[in-house]
Amino acid sequence: MITKTDEQILEAVADLHGIPAGAYNIRRNGEGIGRRSTENIIITPKSDKPGIDIEIKPGTKNESVHIPVILSESGMNDLVYNDFYIGEGADVLIVAGCGIHNCGDQKSQHDGIHTFHINKNARVRYVEKHYGEGEGTGARILNPQTVVEMEEGSFCEMEMVQIKGVDSTVRDTVAHLKANARLVILEKLMTHANQTARSNMEVNLDGENSSAQIISRSVAKDSSTQVFYPRAVGNNLCKAHVQCDSIIMDSAHIRSIPEISANHNLAQIVHEAAIGRINNDQLLKLMTLGMTSEQAEEIIIQCFLK
Amino acid sequence: MLELKNISFSVSDEGSPLEIIDNVSLNLDDGKFLVITGPNGGGKSTLAKLIMGIEKPTSGKIIFDGRDITGLDITERAKLGIGYAFQQPPRFKGLTVHKLLSLAHGSDLPEDECCAYLTNVGLCSRDYLNREVDSSLSGGEVKRIEIATLMARKLRLAIYDEPEAGIDLWSFNMLVESFRSMNKGFGSVIIISHQERIMKLADEMAVIANGKIRERGTLDEIFPHLMGEFDEGCNFRGERQ
Repeated sequence: MITKTDEQILEAVADLHGIPAGAYNIRRNGEGIGRRSTENIIITPKSDKPGIDIEIKPGTKNESVHIPVILSESGMNDLVYNDFYIGEGADVLIVAGCGIHNCGDQKSQHDGIHTFHINKNARVRYVEKHYGEGEGTGARILNPQTVVEMEEGSFCEMEMVQIKGVDSTVRDTVAHLKANARLVILEKLMTHANQTARSNMEVNLDGENSSAQIISRSVAKDSSTQVFYPRAVGNNLCKAHVQCDSIIMDSAHIRSIPEISANHNLAQIVHEAAIGRINNDQLLKLMTLGMTSEQAEEIIIQCFLK
Repeated sequence: MLELKNISFSVSDEGSPLEIIDNVSLNLDDGKFLVITGPNGGGKSTLAKLIMGIEKPTSGKIIFDGRDITGLDITERAKLGIGYAFQQPPRFKGLTVHKLLSLAHGSDLPEDECCAYLTNVGLCSRDYLNREVDSSLSGGEVKRIEIATLMARKLRLAIYDEPEAGIDLWSFNMLVESFRSMNKGFGSVIIISHQERIMKLADEMAVIANGKIRERGTLDEIFPHLMGEFDEGCNFRGERQ
C-alpha cells in the first residue's frame, strides 16, 4: 500500500507518478514493497544480505529500471547492497534515489551500496536523487557508496543529486575504466541549515583511450558545510577533466580539493575548481526583468543545479 | 513619458565627492527614439543605470508616465515597463537561452517566438535555444542575446547600452534593421551608442560629456555638429578635431 507520503517521496527522488513502467523495486523502511522484473531485466533479492541483484541481459535497449527507497519511519537504519550486471551492448536507464521523511526525534539513515558491472559496449544512464523532509528533529542521513566497473568500450553517465533536507551525507564513489570506456559524473548538491556533506570520488583510468568527466556543482546555504574530494588517476593513455563549481552563501563553508594524478606519460588530466557567491550583476540583470532579489537568487540557484 | 529633473550622481573619490552626473535635466516623449552619445567616461551608462534604478541619484527627480519613480527600486521600475540591456551582460551557468527569454517575457515563450527574437539579433535560433548563457558563448553572442531579452518584453521604455559593442558587421546590419522596425512599435527607446548608423535611426539626440548634456535636439539639429568627430569605423569619439 503506497501512502500519500510515499507518493511525494517517489515523485521527488524518482520523478515517479505511481508505479513505473518497466522493471522496478520499491523499498520502504527496509522491506521491498513492490517488485517487477521484465523479460530483459531480472531483479532478484539477495539471500545473504539485504539488497537486490539487477541483471540486464545483453543487447537490452531502451528499457529502464527504477529502484527508489523510502524511509518514513523515524529511527530506521537501513543498509542495502544493490548489484547491477549490465550485459554487453545493452543501453538502459537506471533510476535510484532515496527520500527520508522523518517526523520523529530519532535519526533515520540509509546507506546504499551500489555496484555496477558494465559489460563491453554497454551504455548506462544512472540517476540518483536524495531528498529529506519531515518536521521531526531526528537527523536524516544518507551515505551512498557507488562502485563502477567499466569494461571495454562501455559508457556510463551518472547524475547524482542531493536536492535538500539531508542533514549529513558522506558519498563515496570509485570507478575503474578499461580501454575506450567513458564515464561522465554530474554531481549536484545543495545543503542548508547545519547540514554537512562530503563527497569522495576516485576515478581510475586504467585502459587505453579511456576518458572521464567529473562535474560537481553545489550550493551551500546558511551554516552548512561541504567538502569535495574528486580524484582522477590516469594509468594509461587517457583523458580526464574534473570540475568543481560552488556557490557559497550566508555563513557556509566549502572545501574543494580536486586531485589529479598520472602514472603514464600519455595521460592528460585537467582540473578546475571555483567557489564564489552569486554575482551581483546576475541578480541585477534578473531584477531588471521584474524579479525581486529573492526570486532572482532562487532562479540562479535552480539553473545552476539543474 | 520620461522626465529627468536636475539629476546629479556623485561618488566618493578618496573622501571628496566626484560628480559623475551633474545636474542633468532631460525630457523624452512617448514613442520617441533617443540616441545618447558622447565620449567614453562621460556618464552615459550611469545615466541609463539611474533611470533603471541600478544607481540612485544623489539629488534630483525621475518622473515616468507622470509618476515620481525616484524612490522605486529596480524590480518596481521593471514592472512599470522599464528595461535595460547591459553593456556587459552577465553570464549564467545552467540558464538556457530559451529560459532567459521566457523569464524576460514573463511566461514560457514558444520556440517560434524565441526564434523570431534571436533572428532579429542575427543569431540562428535553433542552434541557440538550448544553449546555456555561460562562458561557452562569445562576448558578441551574449550581447546579442541580451538585446533579444529586451525585445522579448513589452516595454514602455527600453534602454540599450552600446548594443553595437562586440557585434560583427553582418549582425550589426540585422540589429540596425531591428531597431528601425522597433521604433514603429509601442513605447520609447533610448540607445547609448557611438555608431553613426544607429544615431541616424534617432528622432532625438543628446550628447553627454563630463556628466553634463553638451547638446540636445533632433537628429537633424545635432548630427551635423558631430561630423568630424567620427573615426574611420564610423564610431563617435566625442573629441572635436
